[in-house]
Amino acid sequence: MARTLTYQQAINEALDQEMARDEKVIVIGEDVAGGEGADGEKDAWGGVLGVTKGLYGKYGDRVMDTPISESAFVGAAIGAAASGLRPVVELMFNDFLGVCFDQIFNQAAKFRYMFGGKAETPVVIRTMIGSGFRGAAQHSQSLYSIFTHIPGLKCVVPSTPYDAKGLLISAIRDNDPVIFCEHKRLYQLEGEVPEESYTIPFGEAEIIREGDDVTIISLSEMVHESLKAADHLAAEGVECEVIDLRTTSPLDAETVLDSVEQTGRVVVVDEANPRCSLAADISALIAQEAFGALKAPIKMVTAPHTPVPFSDYLEDLYKPNAEKILSTVNEVLEYQKWSTTVSTS
Amino acid sequence: MVHHRIDKLTMPQWGFSMTHGKIGEWLAAEGSEVASGDHVLEIETEKAVGVVESPVSGTLRRHVALPGQEIPVGGLLAVIADASVSDDEIGRFVEDFSVAPAAEQVESAENTPQYVKVGDRSLRYLKLGDGESPVVLLHGFTGNLNNWLFNHTVLAESRTVYALDLPGHGLSSKDVGDGRVHTFAEVLCDWIDALGLPQVHLVGHSFGGSIVLDMAVRHPRRLLSCTLISSTGLGSEIDAEYLDGVVQSDRRKQLKPFLERLFASPDQVTRQLVDDLLKFKRVDGVYDALTAIVDQLMADAQQAVVFRDSLDQIAMPVLVVWGDRDRIVPCEHSAGLPAGWQVKVFEDCGHMVQMEAARDVNTLIAGFLQKCDQSGLR
Repeated sequence: MARTLTYQQAINEALDQEMARDEKVIVIGEDVAGGEGADGEKDAWGGVLGVTKGLYGKYGDRVMDTPISESAFVGAAIGAAASGLRPVVELMFNDFLGVCFDQIFNQAAKFRYMFGGKAETPVVIRTMIGSGFRGAAQHSQSLYSIFTHIPGLKCVVPSTPYDAKGLLISAIRDNDPVIFCEHKRLYQLEGEVPEESYTIPFGEAEIIREGDDVTIISLSEMVHESLKAADHLAAEGVECEVIDLRTTSPLDAETVLDSVEQTGRVVVVDEANPRCSLAADISALIAQEAFGALKAPIKMVTAPHTPVPFSDYLEDLYKPNAEKILSTVNEVLEYQKWSTTVSTS
Repeated sequence: MVHHRIDKLTMPQWGFSMTHGKIGEWLAAEGSEVASGDHVLEIETEKAVGVVESPVSGTLRRHVALPGQEIPVGGLLAVIADASVSDDEIGRFVEDFSVAPAAEQVESAENTPQYVKVGDRSLRYLKLGDGESPVVLLHGFTGNLNNWLFNHTVLAESRTVYALDLPGHGLSSKDVGDGRVHTFAEVLCDWIDALGLPQVHLVGHSFGGSIVLDMAVRHPRRLLSCTLISSTGLGSEIDAEYLDGVVQSDRRKQLKPFLERLFASPDQVTRQLVDDLLKFKRVDGVYDALTAIVDQLMADAQQAVVFRDSLDQIAMPVLVVWGDRDRIVPCEHSAGLPAGWQVKVFEDCGHMVQMEAARDVNTLIAGFLQKCDQSGLR
């Protein structure tokens, strides 16, 4: 049997293997080395949830703790990338990206374009996304659609330990800025992960489950909720095709459209807010490119257009889940384009 | 009781990792007469699509498993009995049937691959069975020990079977040195020594066949016999486009059409098969390993390493197996071989004949090995 790791361990192993392979790879962020720069395994933290634990002991000064100043350390990492290093910077919660908008959107994302292709910015910004952690409004958002909107950034949203390792290695070796979105609710998810280093190309969605009746397009934690719904529906004789986008920029439009051409029915599942979201983007793509194949309206399962609530009860209501996906798939299946009764009078 | 007149058809275990199979098309209808060996049912596993054959002759009385269902290994698929058995008796038989837990079998140390350090390389191998005169199975280019999933369990009924991940392949180290066939043979010798094996029977598929030929020519005293399946090294023709396509394709859609050339029937190529190969190709070092092998193996879109002129030197028993519809290495290479070599061509089979006609290939190889052991031929 192959070896099993958690999503969190898989990310740590990718960082470890890339740091061992290439000394230009450095890790920088808040508490990534340990709260007080303790030696080796005594690291107090290794990241706020322990993802970078142990790296300081192995790589010393290549793992850098920073003050609580996102704008400064994200900017420093981008500058280091522009001048030859391959920094992996940890922007703890993606909710904090607002304080370093300029560094990411105007600097990192624009260098290659503005310098006529002569500048490269091989920086990876690792950041946590996702609700369901009782983290309240400022620590629970899923902002990948904002990164996806900006040309010049690549955006990765892995759903499994296998993908997390392979996509992070690809991100570190990529010569463009990559935003790597880790769902905090997936950190303890276990899965088979090879010990060797491997890559997964960007822009390749994964068909997790094949089916002919409905296409469910999803990403990150929602992939697992979609699979639960699909299992349930299979027992009723409905075969769902479940697609995990894996990267939102570049986007594997071909896999999405091929599947829709085959099923004609689509549910897009995205735990973020619905307006100007990834779900809206995918829906627009399908409406433009595969309208003729549709047998029913495209449906989105998303959070409502509100902040993530602090109340446990409200947060549970807020978040898309298997049950909501299931009822939406049923709506799409039951949709009738034309009335079946024809008046002859 | 009446059970002796009722025969059951159960979910086979094709290889150590199989726990379940998905029911495909029934090829024999309820009520039809089946003979032993007849194709009765298609089964899809994570790794392959295969056909279940009837273990006995009789009337196929009932389909217990239905298309689309997932049935565990050992689970009941169908009931075969003659007309004297009543429907009620068959109903009771089905009700009383309980599945032996397959999970324990799957997890046992007995069929978990092991690793051994040979020089700087770590080599993975699977050891099954117990007995004298072991057989070692060598997979082909981009393959791994799971290519024998339909074979090793059966061959292990009468001897120890080793299936090896060659360097650059499976979960063995990815260093293939200069990539020459001879280098692989040298690593194989070191592996045989590391395990302390006496003489072995060697079975090689495709590129693995070239390694067997190199061993037979240079290290004949290490071998008891050679079995060459769809082997390279017996002629210059080969599908060079396939080799290039498999090495260069990095997307499922690009890769799949090339893999379809491996089988007589392209629907044998499952999504899992394509995914597994893609995952393998994306491991660090694999691209360089595969490129190095092709660089040594090929020249001007033809095989550069051909053993035709050395075949007469090989004094041990040799069995050659081919599929008549092999699109990778032409079946014509099974002609004009030294007198005394046993040659068997299977109809309607492609390059993966050991999977496509597993049952017949197993019987053939098991019989050949047994004959070699009995005659003590060297």
